[in-house]
Amino acid sequence: MINAKYLPLAATVTVFVALFLVGGMMYRNFLSTLVLGHILADNAFVIIAAIGATFVILSGGIDLSIGSMIGFVGVCMAVLDQAGWHPLASAALLLCFGILFGAMQGYLIDFCEIQPFIVTLAGLFLLRGACFMVSLDSVPIRHEFVQTFATTRIPLPGRGFLTSSAIVMLLSLAVAIFIAHFTRFGTNIYAIGGDKESARLMGVPIRRTTVMIYGLGGFYSALAGVIYALYTSSGYPLAGSTTELSAIAAVVLGGTLLTGGVGLVAGTVFGGMILGLISTLIIFHGSLNSAWIMISSGMLLFGFIVLHRFLVGSFDLRGSS
Amino acid sequence: MPAEPAAVPRIAMRAIRKAFPGVLALDGVDLALRPGEVHALLGENGAGKSTLIKILTGAVRRDSGEMWLDGQPIDPGSTGEAQAAGISTVFQEVNLIPTMSVTKNMALERAAGRFGMISWRKAREQARAKLARLGVDIDIERPLGSFSVAVQQLVAIARALEDNTRVLVLDEPTASLDAKETTALFSIMRELKARGIAVVFITHFLEQVYEVGDRITVLRNGRLVGTAAASDVSRPDLVSMMIGRELGEVERAFSEKDAMAAGPVRLSARGLGRKRVLEPFDLILRQGEVVGLAGLLGSGRTETAKMLFGAISADAGELTVMGTPTRNAAPRQSLRAGIAFCPEDRKAEGLVAELSVRENIMLSIQSKQGWLKRIPRRRQDELAREMIAALGIATPDAEKPVGQLSGGNQQKVVLARALASNPSVLLLDEPTRGIDVGAHAEIIKLIRKLCKDGLALLVASSELDELVAATDRVAVLRDRAKIGEISGEQITRDNIVRMIAGDDGRAD
Repeated sequence: MINAKYLPLAATVTVFVALFLVGGMMYRNFLSTLVLGHILADNAFVIIAAIGATFVILSGGIDLSIGSMIGFVGVCMAVLDQAGWHPLASAALLLCFGILFGAMQGYLIDFCEIQPFIVTLAGLFLLRGACFMVSLDSVPIRHEFVQTFATTRIPLPGRGFLTSSAIVMLLSLAVAIFIAHFTRFGTNIYAIGGDKESARLMGVPIRRTTVMIYGLGGFYSALAGVIYALYTSSGYPLAGSTTELSAIAAVVLGGTLLTGGVGLVAGTVFGGMILGLISTLIIFHGSLNSAWIMISSGMLLFGFIVLHRFLVGSFDLRGSS
Repeated sequence: MPAEPAAVPRIAMRAIRKAFPGVLALDGVDLALRPGEVHALLGENGAGKSTLIKILTGAVRRDSGEMWLDGQPIDPGSTGEAQAAGISTVFQEVNLIPTMSVTKNMALERAAGRFGMISWRKAREQARAKLARLGVDIDIERPLGSFSVAVQQLVAIARALEDNTRVLVLDEPTASLDAKETTALFSIMRELKARGIAVVFITHFLEQVYEVGDRITVLRNGRLVGTAAASDVSRPDLVSMMIGRELGEVERAFSEKDAMAAGPVRLSARGLGRKRVLEPFDLILRQGEVVGLAGLLGSGRTETAKMLFGAISADAGELTVMGTPTRNAAPRQSLRAGIAFCPEDRKAEGLVAELSVRENIMLSIQSKQGWLKRIPRRRQDELAREMIAALGIATPDAEKPVGQLSGGNQQKVVLARALASNPSVLLLDEPTRGIDVGAHAEIIKLIRKLCKDGLALLVASSELDELVAATDRVAVLRDRAKIGEISGEQITRDNIVRMIAGDDGRAD
């Protein structure tokens, strides 16, 4: 029998494949690596952010500052570009900032015992405000590296190709899978999310791990911001608004429980791709308006949460009294 | 026995003291563990067992006192440090992560590996080897939560046992095991003992203490009552040591009690019970009568009271309230029928600490009335004043937040709230928990007075003297079953102790 751990992932992959096949039946040329490559490219930044959010959610927390971080990193990159910085240099600086900012949030959450929701909500406002401090308007990034980034691609069988943002996303995924499943830190994340008090009694360093989790989350949102800025070759102070919610949706669709402790990073990638696939399908249709993207995403999300209730209920033996 | 009582004890704890805000949890407690013994640690709720164990295993720091491991002074600051020193613990209620696989649970903060990485191949080998030592053969890739509690318990023990383990603490390991699983656990404990490990066994099942324990230490109210070889202490003595006699000054008021004739039946349970919670029992509460529930921790006292109130639903038997049989009573219906319940843990279940005395008293009446019909403020003040006067609640005025009152007065507010709804049956679970001796006597007087006023009362209590002083009839519980009832002159400490200890010739 298949390990219960992989059931939600199997469900996610099945839905993705089914949606893809539905698209293939409705439209000619849909079933191609070209479409797949575009979905990957368009959603790379959301998926990268969602990978970071997966760790946070696996630990039983939440990070609402993702979208603002994306916006902040974008405008900073653009302004630094005008000051003559190489995009890679500013990216490195901003990734460090992301780690520090996330780690600070993690420290506050554990040290002051405040709910992650509130701490990262404060982070959301703080960073979005900072965006407007840096720039009120959209600022273009003109460095030639942006051109290089946009044209670097790996061809896929068929007419499709992997863009550089998709490549960065896949590399992030590989790193995330390694962290989650082959390091002590990753195991500790699952333990804290499964039962924090027990984890403490089993010797897991809660504070250090919490700080690292949110630091990692901050890194991934900053990376999402870098990719978004390079992909759009601009920085815009409102960029990334509500991306944190799409990221959370991708995590949940990917089979991770919001209560923590159960889930897989790979699931998140498929969750993000499902969201991308839905909007692509509706855009292909032409006559349906974008309201349907939200509506169908919402319905799918709802269905998944109900499904999880049943899957989890079947192997959870704790609530016996 | 493989190890002679050594000159140097494996663990020596001396004059351990620990205070939490408002409570002195441990007051100068000593504990000595010999290598190769099973040492039972006994005591009622709040006796200080858990705190002592947490200090031994590094989960809590002591305020003062000394600790030695094999003659070396130790001061573990975390469970990890204690573990490294050879002191392993399996905390109550299996503290592992049910959502993770068995391997991962075993490897958590234990697995070897370089640069923070974990080699799962090695981790699996280690997990299998450790489980094999205890004779456990399971699929270690499945989530822990998918196994029975007994298996989870064994995994927890296997995880706790390292090569260097010298002391193993088992906190209530048998609480959720059946007889067969318990026997299996005991043979493992004997094996560990034979390896020279000092096993600390915390339990409230007395038979198990005699079955597997070599020596016994009893704590009460944060103090050491005594340590003795299991073969030197009889069961009644042991029960006596655990329950104590703090209430010497409360005299049993026979004359008053005899004057009262029991009235009509208010509440009667026939064969009421629930699988795994409480064996079916019969119990009758009459107007003008106080019925006591006696038994050790875990004997089903609270469960009995809650079941009569409908807070735990029964799956067998029937409950007759005021002559009307009810199936599946729920607290809401019970309140309507005139039954009030004062829970054991007044902080968690009874009172809203931030609300004033008046507001707390109003809660139950207001909920009985429904939220739409507001009770006029003047009526509220009047009622609060009445209650404060009637129960002698020491508070400057009715608007003081309940959290700022003393324990005894908080308990009176709980009573006031229950009484405000004008019940005819009052169920009290540990009405004197955590209050000082003076307030204690007052509460007992109050119980007698309420009874005289025509209430039917049930008092569940771990303090025998309280039951002796306050009740007309006592139902005795053991191991989640009612084992008998005594009344009138028969209600004495010794009789109750003998029944609890099982010296009535009944085979266990």
